[in-house]
Amino acid sequence: MQTVIKEEVEMKVSDLVEKFGLKVFSGEDGLDREVTGGYVSDLLSDVMGNAGEGDVWITLQTHQNVMAIASLKDLAAVILVKDREPEEDTLEHSNDESIPILGTNRQTFEIAGKLYNVLNQ
Amino acid sequence: MKMEFDIASGDFKKAGRASSQIKKVLKQLQVDPKIIKRIVVAIYEAEVNIVAHSFGGKLTAHINGNSIEVTLTDNGPGIKDIEQAMQEGFSTASKEVRDMGFGAGMGLPNIRKNTDELNVTSEWGVGTTVWFRNQF
Ligand SMILES: Nc1ncnc2c1ncn2[C@@H]1O[C@H](COP(=O)(O)OP(=O)(O)O)[C@@H](O)[C@H]1O
Ligand SMILES: [Mg+2]
Repeated sequence: MQTVIKEEVEMKVSDLVEKFGLKVFSGEDGLDREVTGGYVSDLLSDVMGNAGEGDVWITLQTHQNVMAIASLKDLAAVILVKDREPEEDTLEHSNDESIPILGTNRQTFEIAGKLYNVLNQ
Repeated sequence: MKMEFDIASGDFKKAGRASSQIKKVLKQLQVDPKIIKRIVVAIYEAEVNIVAHSFGGKLTAHINGNSIEVTLTDNGPGIKDIEQAMQEGFSTASKEVRDMGFGAGMGLPNIRKNTDELNVTSEWGVGTTVWFRNQF
């Protein structure tokens, strides 16, 4: 008989970058942050009220309040969908806080599905 | 300890400044992270409301060994119907503000959920005062 011990695999932001071919816009120092979940919303108060520490936030908002929220909520990273690009001060804030802003050409449904699968393997 | 911040109307870039500085202080004071998380949500939403809906105002936070008390006062225009404003989904935010992802009408409900004690008073034409306290 064989016992299989299922290890809790720690997922890092850098693992997601590799798996999904994400673009890294900024906050490289935070690529080794641990990812514990995900949250999808373009309503800032919704994220403020409901996202959890260690979540990756998938959104199409690109202005710097996104980083204010990511930092206040201790999020692991932000993924901008559909080839959107962060504004200049959003980038700066991301670097200051070491919370990566990532980009994908995929739309929200697709990238959220992929993230969900990876985190619930 | 007392901390004060001026909050300018329409200055969304600075929204989150007070909450982030207060978060740092609470961390240094080794307040329970769960309590810090709640208070930060409340302060951020209250800051944004002054930026988005008022002519400007200020935030004062008093922190002592076992609680934080936050007061935000603004210079108007005030809230006509506070009960309605407290309802989830109610918002008078402009389209521009909503396009940024604000204006979901969840700010005051978020403040209520994340504070131990909350008091909102307002006089139309004069201004609004939001006061809340969380125990450590
Ligand atoms: N400081 C304030 N001054 C004037 N009106 C306010 C203020 N704060 C809140 N309000 C009113 O209450 C409504 C609900 O606020 P809130 O729940 O934070 O939602 P939102 O900010 O998304 O509109 C606002 O749309 C606005 O009409
Ligand atoms: Mg609000």
